[in-house]
Amino acid sequence: MSRKLKEKIGFGSLAVCTFLAIIPVLLIIAYLIYVGGPAITWEFITQPPHGFLKEGGIFPAIIGTLGLTTGTIIVALPLGIGTAIYLVEYSKQNFFTTLIRIAIINLAGVPSVVYGLFGLGLFVLMLNFGRSLVAGALTLGFLTLPVIISAAEEALIAVPDDYRNASLALGATHWQTISRIVLPTAMPSILTGAILGIGRAAGETAPIMFTCAAIYIPSLPNSIFDQVMALPYHLYAVATQVPNVPESKAFGAAIVLIAIVCGLNLIAIIIRTKMRLKNTR
Amino acid sequence: MINKMEAKHLDFYYKDTQALFNINLPVEKNAVTALIGPSGCGKSTFLRTLNRMNDVIEKTKVVGEVLMDNKNIYDPDVDPVELRKKVGMVFQQPNPFPISIFDNIAYGPRIHGIKNKQKLQELVESSLKSAALWDEVKDRLHDSALGLSGGQQQRLVIARVLAVEPEMILMDEPASALDPISTSKLEELVRELKNNYTIVIVTHNMQQAARISDYTSFFLNGKLIEYDQTNIIFTAPREKQTEDYITGRFG
Ligand SMILES: Nc1ncnc2c1ncn2[C@@H]1O[C@H](COP(=O)(O)OP(=O)(O)O)[C@@H](O)[C@H]1O
Ligand SMILES: [Mg+2]
Repeated sequence: MSRKLKEKIGFGSLAVCTFLAIIPVLLIIAYLIYVGGPAITWEFITQPPHGFLKEGGIFPAIIGTLGLTTGTIIVALPLGIGTAIYLVEYSKQNFFTTLIRIAIINLAGVPSVVYGLFGLGLFVLMLNFGRSLVAGALTLGFLTLPVIISAAEEALIAVPDDYRNASLALGATHWQTISRIVLPTAMPSILTGAILGIGRAAGETAPIMFTCAAIYIPSLPNSIFDQVMALPYHLYAVATQVPNVPESKAFGAAIVLIAIVCGLNLIAIIIRTKMRLKNTR
Repeated sequence: MINKMEAKHLDFYYKDTQALFNINLPVEKNAVTALIGPSGCGKSTFLRTLNRMNDVIEKTKVVGEVLMDNKNIYDPDVDPVELRKKVGMVFQQPNPFPISIFDNIAYGPRIHGIKNKQKLQELVESSLKSAALWDEVKDRLHDSALGLSGGQQQRLVIARVLAVEPEMILMDEPASALDPISTSKLEELVRELKNNYTIVIVTHNMQQAARISDYTSFFLNGKLIEYDQTNIIFTAPREKQTEDYITGRFG
């Protein structure tokens, strides 16, 4: 077989793989839009449900999910970045840090339903937050933490030592070097990784099922200690718990959820390109 | 001759490996002292003992003294952060920060507490002028420093060091990544700077050492073999090893 032909077959089969990989995604989106598209109206997005979910919109669930996402960011971003800075910039390699790293890797593999139980035990019952926005956000925050730590660690490691040396040699302290040079340089990648992780959390059902989400609350929450509706749990509820809800309503909610997650990813991309442009202009 | 610095019986270790052996070397004030020798002989290691940048590397050990204005910089009451303010350093690879030209130069003054915009502006301008870069960048101070050529970046780094108003400048093969024209500009700059600063420069280029330095020290395997005025080292070295090295007869 000639080298040219081999190359053609090689590239050809890779192209087929790529095509096969995106087919399910396209099918899912097409199906969602086909079934759920008709449900998407201005009223659907901006009105509360009534008639026990059979009528009205999903506004409280959208607000609930946005609130949970914001809470997740507030919990996980500072904690995750702080941990990564400690691990990369301060701690020497020793038994203790190896242990932390192993713990983080394993935490990333813990099923989300286990986080849900953990959140129920710790935040809802022990700390007595009850089922609430704050308990849900904390649970989702902890779920996202390993992802953010890993993303931030990688981003910090990728900052060339040349920058650190240059800064230290100018008489900067270790902390000045980190806060003024290393962290700003790493920030675009940290945020990209973090937002992808948070987008993942925004779509989780199990963790909020035990800690926060309610099937039917037409009014908006008054405080962070209130229960809220949230899109993933709403989806689960209308699909399995509440009989006779029109199918299109469930799929409409799914489209909105995907739009929110895609919106987050879009923000990540914009942040990254903006900061890159700024750095190399 | 006034010594700005002096290494006395200086040994240095990476973990258990000794990299410098009993170095005794004066550094004259307002002069250029060149460090030459084959690669791996300890030039960079020695240079980093002068501003305690070796402290950053884990598990290193210093024995002996480095006097600066007759004060041992390894005394427990010396803060390496303060020391590095007085002893600036230029690295082999130009390493501007990925921020604007202005912010690069202003970084040092800012971390040392200067907030006044006027004062920062003045410092940036005077440092760039001293580093012979002002004319080339004065119209794009707020563009990224990464857009400059290698030679410009290296002069930017020197300007960044000057903005901290140091007393000494250490340079570790600053021209090794530069083209010949940028190199000659840099050499001219070094000759200019010695009027106001004490300079120690590592170079693997012997012609360069001969052109720009007043004193030359030859290192081999972590030991200082010979130190003298540059013209003596290059015309009448005392040690056979020095002669072999500068005449290129070195294995
Ligand atoms: N960070 C380090 N850790 C361990 N050994 C090092 C380190 N840096 C340099 N060395 C060793 O110290 C010796 C001197 O190196 P260096 O000072 O870089 O030489 P030069 O600058 O003359 O080429 C070499 O044997 C080198 O391998
Ligand atoms: Mg070297």
